[in-house]
Amino acid sequence: MCLAIPGKVVETFTAEGMHMARVQFGGVTREACLDYVPETQVGEYVLVHVGFAISRVDEEEARRTYEALAELDQLGELDIPEVSDRSGGVS
Amino acid sequence: MKYLDEYRDGDIAAKLVERIKRVQTKPWVIMEVCGGQTHSIVKNGIDHLLPKGVELVHGPGCPVCVTPLEMVDKAHAIARQPGVIFCSFGDMLRVPGSDGDLFSIKSSVGDVRVVYSPLDCIRIARANPDKQIVFFAIGFETTAPANAMLAWQARQMGLTNVSLLVSHVLVPPAIEAILNSPQNRVQAFLGPGHVCAVVGYTEYEPLAARFHVPIVVTGFEPLDILEGVLMVIDQLESGRAEVENQYSRVLERGGNRPAQDLIGRVFEVTDRKWRGVGTIPGSGFRLRDEFRAFDAEHRFSVQAIDTMEPAICISGQILQGIKKPHDCPAFGTECNPQHPLGATMVSAEGACAAYYAYGRHLKDADLVTLGDNR
Repeated sequence: MCLAIPGKVVETFTAEGMHMARVQFGGVTREACLDYVPETQVGEYVLVHVGFAISRVDEEEARRTYEALAELDQLGELDIPEVSDRSGGVS
Repeated sequence: MKYLDEYRDGDIAAKLVERIKRVQTKPWVIMEVCGGQTHSIVKNGIDHLLPKGVELVHGPGCPVCVTPLEMVDKAHAIARQPGVIFCSFGDMLRVPGSDGDLFSIKSSVGDVRVVYSPLDCIRIARANPDKQIVFFAIGFETTAPANAMLAWQARQMGLTNVSLLVSHVLVPPAIEAILNSPQNRVQAFLGPGHVCAVVGYTEYEPLAARFHVPIVVTGFEPLDILEGVLMVIDQLESGRAEVENQYSRVLERGGNRPAQDLIGRVFEVTDRKWRGVGTIPGSGFRLRDEFRAFDAEHRFSVQAIDTMEPAICISGQILQGIKKPHDCPAFGTECNPQHPLGATMVSAEGACAAYYAYGRHLKDADLVTLGDNR
């Protein structure tokens, strides 16, 4: 019920005094109300719940979180005892 | 899709599980609050990936599940009235009341419509000026901005044929009720990411401090949940009890101010009954007096309704993390998604329905291994 899906704002417009947008979710485009995230620009990502954008997805933060998680891989590698003849390995 | 697929990476999930195994030294019981998280955990088998000492119990965070039977019956009574178009989110349609569900009313006496957004009701109201449009406004804080906007717009536009049947619930009072229960087993929480996207998480800070429980506001993808579990265990193992934010790409501590502003103008806090649990003080929203004209409970006089839940159902204990679906003798037999006996089986996000949907009611003998031709 609290499902909210991130989508890309492809167009903004006004209807009935409300800030509206066309938001693209993969191959599907739907209308969403932007009144709660009025500063949103075309091209940005918003999180949409029952036809309302409730948050802007912080692209930079999303990238940082993902990279930090992906880095667990590398940090995990660091836990493996160092072998003296191993060289490089930094990626 | 951007920001979804990235958080479903199996290799990173395996690394997170390894990290959890390394950090965890004692047994811990963690509750995920939101039904969407429960669904993701069961669907992806996340609970089975975790080390034995980490137990996930499923919280009360499915608004469809906890909508009290009296309110469901009230909705049905209104939906059966002539001249009414009853609008609802799809999830509520097959929730059984004392006598049938909205699907059966739709196929017999009533005009019941599924809407994607509460704003759809405005279009329906304009197209049907001779009909009364009633919207079943259920949900947690996540849905409150959308439902509030319907009431607000209806008043702004002077629509006299729109009303809301409000059964809104709030998360923090439910967490408090769980922690106050003498039977409580929960030692930490994965907080509800989308609820907090709207209202922020400042309300959770006094709870974490008072009950000394870590609360990590968490997203819904597998990597979100695993990282949330790791953050919670890190706190538990080091004796900390703070509110942390795993879902920083979506929310900040203060939440969405414009949404909170409109919620405050339209709704006020009230006591609410939770199906399977009972009344929790201050745990819901109702329309403010200024919006009374849009309150379906005032517009339609529905007699007081007495209801009875099946005695065998233990959904109240499941919603509070005291028991799990397998502890119920009716699970998967007498009680199933086609014939739900109680709260946790009525919606796909309920713990019992999620366990059923992903085959956890099956015995080992019922399972067929791929490639096994016997």
